[in-house]
Amino acid sequence: MKEVIHTPVPSVEEEEYHINMGPQHPSTHGVLRLVVSLQGEIVKSLKPHCGYIHRGMEKMCEKDTYPQIIHLTDRMDYLSAHINNHAVCLLVENALQIEVPERVKYVRTIMDELCRIQSHQLWWSSFGMDLGGLTCFFYGLRDREKILDIWEETTGARFLQSYYTPGGLMWDIHPDFQKKTKEFLKYFRKKIRDYEKILSGNVIFRERSRNIGVLSKEDAISFGVTGPSGRGSGFSCDIRKHNPYALYDKVEFKEILYHEGDTLARYMVRMDEMYESMHIIDQLIDNIPQGDYSAKMKAVIKLPAGEYYQRVETARGELGLYCISDGNKTPYRLKFRTPSFSNLSVLDHITRGLKIADLVAIGGSLDLVIPDIDR
Amino acid sequence: MDLEKLKERVLTLAPEAELEENKQFLTFIIPTGKLHYIALKLKEDEDTAFDYLFCQSGTDMGKYLMVVYHLKSTTHDHSLVLKVKTEDRQNPSFDSVCDIWRTAEFHEREIFDMLGIWFNNHTDLRRLFLDDNWVGFPLRKDYQDEVNIVEI
Amino acid sequence: MASNIYDNFVTSLTQWIHNGLYHMLPPFWALVAELTIIGLVFLLFYAVVGLFLVYAERKVCAFMQNRVGPNRVGPYGIFQTIADFIKLLMKELVKIKNSDQLLFNLAPFIVIIASFMAIAAIPFSKGLHAIDFDIGILYVIAVSSLGVVGVLLAGWSSNNKYSLIGAMRSGAQIISYELSVGMSLLTIIILAGTMQFSEIVQGQEYGWFIFKGHIPAFIAFIIFLIASTAETNRGPFDLAEAESELTAGFHTEYSGIKFAFFFLAEYMNMFIVASIGATVFLGGWMPFHVWGWTGFNQVMDYIPPLFWYFGKTGFIIWLMMWFKWTFPRLRIDQLLTLEWKYLLPINLFNILLMAFVVLMGWHF
Repeated sequence: MKEVIHTPVPSVEEEEYHINMGPQHPSTHGVLRLVVSLQGEIVKSLKPHCGYIHRGMEKMCEKDTYPQIIHLTDRMDYLSAHINNHAVCLLVENALQIEVPERVKYVRTIMDELCRIQSHQLWWSSFGMDLGGLTCFFYGLRDREKILDIWEETTGARFLQSYYTPGGLMWDIHPDFQKKTKEFLKYFRKKIRDYEKILSGNVIFRERSRNIGVLSKEDAISFGVTGPSGRGSGFSCDIRKHNPYALYDKVEFKEILYHEGDTLARYMVRMDEMYESMHIIDQLIDNIPQGDYSAKMKAVIKLPAGEYYQRVETARGELGLYCISDGNKTPYRLKFRTPSFSNLSVLDHITRGLKIADLVAIGGSLDLVIPDIDR
Repeated sequence: MDLEKLKERVLTLAPEAELEENKQFLTFIIPTGKLHYIALKLKEDEDTAFDYLFCQSGTDMGKYLMVVYHLKSTTHDHSLVLKVKTEDRQNPSFDSVCDIWRTAEFHEREIFDMLGIWFNNHTDLRRLFLDDNWVGFPLRKDYQDEVNIVEI
Repeated sequence: MASNIYDNFVTSLTQWIHNGLYHMLPPFWALVAELTIIGLVFLLFYAVVGLFLVYAERKVCAFMQNRVGPNRVGPYGIFQTIADFIKLLMKELVKIKNSDQLLFNLAPFIVIIASFMAIAAIPFSKGLHAIDFDIGILYVIAVSSLGVVGVLLAGWSSNNKYSLIGAMRSGAQIISYELSVGMSLLTIIILAGTMQFSEIVQGQEYGWFIFKGHIPAFIAFIIFLIASTAETNRGPFDLAEAESELTAGFHTEYSGIKFAFFFLAEYMNMFIVASIGATVFLGGWMPFHVWGWTGFNQVMDYIPPLFWYFGKTGFIIWLMMWFKWTFPRLRIDQLLTLEWKYLLPINLFNILLMAFVVLMGWHF
């Protein structure tokens, strides 16, 4: 067996020194350790050390049944919990060729888009806070509470709901769901203008983000950077458009693309995506059909032997589930291709030659959720 | 490029490649020696242009260890799956493709960490999630761990 | 004028203490006693205003962020700062092994001394100031520059990379912005014709300088606000202590009472620059008078000068808090660019403009 190489110590040139950011640090969103090699204020290179929240999910999945795996996926990218659950449900439903009722598709699409909005709200809050505009934190989270209240009423939990099951939903939506969601949309349409005034229109913010951390389209494709970070570089990778699932082929929405590839572009993609998500919910919220909230499923779910790849568009990018099944009730191998994993790999490449303050801005604009990287 | 032409192209590049039937994507098992050559050609040729490696995973299939590459072309919108296998469980190794698709840098480190598969010519192959002095490769089916794995 | 009532009260009180002391003690000891009393009064004032400002900042920031702020300790949370202060007093003073002990311990004191010395020259009401130099403004600018020595010493002696980066940034920032502060005050000196604080305030009897000097004074005021926020490491210029980047910058390694000193000194610096701004641009303790409206002026005089002084200073402090909590932070190179490429040329042009205006008599 080849020897394990010990972590190479970065070579220390004249005037270069190393700073350790993390694992506990106000601005690495989660437990990520970055060893930054600096010359004065300029970043020469950067090495991320992951694994602080590695829980061995892929190994756990080999012993868990498919409904149990849904609870694990919640905890990967906890801000896109619904969308992660959706991936597992779709994997099972497509493998078993089960048709879910229309009502389920409507509710799932609406919940997914609410999930995307609240993830972007939290991202906006922490991005503003990282750059020093501490008030952004409170404004974004105050509005996010409204979505969490809607979820609490229907699913019973504000966070990590595990509301979807293979075949449908765990239980039916609350009678007030449609009313509350419409109220939220009306409220948030006004508030998002405030967000634009505080950050997007602010000259200090623009100077801190324009031309910072430019990622070219070829690099984005090569590094596999998907989601809003990739779309900020012009890489058209929205799974909702390329491989539609649920009702995404029936609703009308735009795929937001910006071509500059800098921090400001990635920021604007997410801001515009919030508008698009609200537009999608608008088209669906009044038309939820009556019907069952779940298709009939067997008690024990066994996928036929074979390989399946299911992809969904989370708030961070493409989540891919690659499942090798041997016909049992647990998968033989389940690989999670998580968006933040690939998004992190590009951090070193685009931060070289910039300052520490820019590193914080770029890390925020890539919107990394560390449990997504480590699983 | 449609499926038939793609099939032909891969078989031209590697006549010993085996086609796997009835899979979600067009899947080939290719000889390990030609991995880097085929990958480079598939990326650089204009009519295949597989520039996006969207998933690279390693599996312990019991008898052999396997690495699966899911490729997609952003220009032509076709997908392909390549698999390489090795029965050598003591010193499994493949060629690294991180010079072709840079996303492989992290993916191959993870596969090395979890399965012990060595990738030749990788820029910086070391463990990613586990400690540097960890013994063993957790995703292998014969991995025993009294401390961290609780069998119910 | 009605303000005579208040002046007389202050003057008679100080005269009474002065006479009493000289009566009781030999002249040298009476002088010492008088100076000690003045020093103690100022220390008390310093501490009380500092405590109050910390509370005010927390409340103002809370209201801007859609929350309530401290409201448990005492009615409306007014004893919160005292509780915090007692807690800080009781904390362990962490000693660092491989650091220069003398410099490490000295740094917080230098920062406090610098801000304390500056307070001495500011007039709070007619006749109510410790020293009335005829080079008042020059003295204040000179003495508040001493604070940067404390910051640099703190960063260096902490033996910590984060602190050093923070201190270097802060040092560069303060030294650059002192220029802008000095030059914007220079603009008003040209208008006032004197550097003595009491004369400056007296000169605003029939209109504050910001109105008298119209355009150039207004520009100078804006520049003064920006530059003084940068001087005190506050607001959008607080990258020396940028929490999200460097944990706590130059005062990372300080705990307990020494940290309290840095914290207090920051708020008192804010108070000092706000009061200089209020004195020089907005008239200090001088009520709002309009030339010719004697009835109106008399009404204005009924409001005590102390009230005017604290009101104006409070207004400027509130402005500074407002933009701290709204804007994101500037990066170090953007900060220095702002000073050297934008504020400095505008300042120079403004001085010329003001000189021209004064020569031609185009002011009120």
